[in-house]
Amino acid sequence: MTEHTPRFLETPAVATPLPDILEERTPRPGLLGVIQRNLSVSIGLAGIAIILFIGICAPWLGTVDPLAINPALRTRPPSAEHFFGTDALGRDLWSRVLYGTRVSLTVGFSVAALATGIGVLLGVMAGYIRASEGVIMRAMDAVMSIPSILLAIALVALIRPSVSNVIFAITVAEIPRVARLVRSVVISLRELAWVEAGVVSGSKSTQIILRHILPNAAAPIIVQATYICASAMIIEATLSFIGAGTPASIPSWGNIMAEGRSLWQVKPLIVLIPAAFLSATVLAVNVVGDGLRDALDSRLVKDI
Amino acid sequence: MTDAPLLSVRRLAKHYDLGGGLLGWGKRSVKAVQDVSFDIARGETLSLVGESGCGKSTVGKAIAGLHPATEGEILLNGKPIDSPEYKIGQLWHRKVQVVFQDPYSSLDPRMRVLDIIGEPLRNFGITKTRQELDAQVARLIDLVRLPKDSADRFPHEFSGGQRQRIGIARALAPNPELIICDEAVSALDVSVKAQIVNLLADLRNELGLALLFISHDLAIVDHITDRVAVMYLGRIVEIGTRSELFDTPQHPYTRALLSAVPMVDPTARRERTILTGELPSPFNPPSGCTFRTRCPLAADRCVQEIPLLQTISGNQQAACHLLPVAQATDA
Repeated sequence: MTEHTPRFLETPAVATPLPDILEERTPRPGLLGVIQRNLSVSIGLAGIAIILFIGICAPWLGTVDPLAINPALRTRPPSAEHFFGTDALGRDLWSRVLYGTRVSLTVGFSVAALATGIGVLLGVMAGYIRASEGVIMRAMDAVMSIPSILLAIALVALIRPSVSNVIFAITVAEIPRVARLVRSVVISLRELAWVEAGVVSGSKSTQIILRHILPNAAAPIIVQATYICASAMIIEATLSFIGAGTPASIPSWGNIMAEGRSLWQVKPLIVLIPAAFLSATVLAVNVVGDGLRDALDSRLVKDI
Repeated sequence: MTDAPLLSVRRLAKHYDLGGGLLGWGKRSVKAVQDVSFDIARGETLSLVGESGCGKSTVGKAIAGLHPATEGEILLNGKPIDSPEYKIGQLWHRKVQVVFQDPYSSLDPRMRVLDIIGEPLRNFGITKTRQELDAQVARLIDLVRLPKDSADRFPHEFSGGQRQRIGIARALAPNPELIICDEAVSALDVSVKAQIVNLLADLRNELGLALLFISHDLAIVDHITDRVAVMYLGRIVEIGTRSELFDTPQHPYTRALLSAVPMVDPTARRERTILTGELPSPFNPPSGCTFRTRCPLAADRCVQEIPLLQTISGNQQAACHLLPVAQATDA
């Protein structure tokens, strides 16, 4: 090739030295950093920690058998012996509410974990494998078209009421929410250049999903999981309240409220105390979800 | 060019199906690329230029194996892209790499540079142990002139030009024979652009790489390329060596493109060919010559017949009915 003179613009023959790398960012990376920087996340997590502590340590927090009936001491007001008083059968309300924490937490966390796990699996399939999208998403639409409480009532009515059946029923109702979210996130990530770069770099589909897509979809999935946890606790309480959820032999906040309902006008505390616990727990979980959403969103904006 | 070409593209076409239609009836498709053929020799740089939406990136993606072509053949060393040899160990991807346009979206923000550059090294089984990987990544980082301590950093810690160097290092990792630079410098500042183009030119000369340089920036193309192909609405309208094409452009579209390149010298005057109108919709391209709707010279024949590439002189070919065709002397 002959000597060539540029026609349009002069370019430096030698690359000028590179500028220094951007100064390092000080904030702590990862989930710990998010918690540290975000007040509402730490408050919410503290709330969840307290409820968790109560649930796990219920037997050692001055409780008696939550099922022990004492007809002589019915509907007593709060006292040193019975912190929250007693219910219509003379059972200690403090013990029942504390043990009820276990049901709510078990249902909330199990449903969040199961619905997220299955929903992510279905959502990734629908988003990544074009052929499967129609079938999976129409099935999800079908499940979604039934109100979740109605679906849960039907399922519990079909099978014997028990905590695990309640979990199963709520999980089925919540899966479509996760699957739809994950599918939309996967579809938007799938088109990004770094996914194409992964293909060119020889990564197989499973590697692309595990290494490039799921880590980048984690933020919205985690946030969605917290909302599902909160909504599962409410649905469980609702089902128990209308008698279609946790069996009456297990104290759950919904059951306690249902049994206290007939005495609502004379002894409102029997309903109000478990309701306050339920509200506080759901609030704590939602605050964590909101905080995480804000924190992770802004992090995405800053990082990309 | 007496040797067999490294890459041959033969009558490549790519149609995108649009949704709509029920159960396959009345489905429409966009003919993004039609009847595109060219060769790239070993160590040669071919630039593909044209305005946005003309299909140049689609050609690049088809060659990269990211989208299968609808029609036509893509051959590397005489063997087609879908031949069994290239399927084993994803050999095609190993030999044909891509530098992407946007240095921000082409690097996974959650991976360290070591893992980004190491991804092809691991996948293609080039490095087996962690020590080999570290050594290879260090060599590549050095090759693209990134700071030595880059391996443990995340992409967001780098500037745009440095990110593009990471992208180049990743493309070089499996020792490819052809690198497709898909608008690789379009997203960068002018000064950084020059650095990256020079780096690409140096690496090409050092490693004997062939480049397919997709760009809309004729000044940059002029700086790096051996040959140029001009695309308009999915077809190649003119192809030739750099000096042929820039000094004696034949096709009216090429002439208009070249007259639109900004010049540094404010006193220089030249003839301007100003195109009017927009790029026609590829859903419904004009009949005959696709350029006729904007061509200052369009004649009746252009409405009827699709012009084919004809040799004008030497290696220069153009697809226009109005050009005098060279007698078959050296074609």
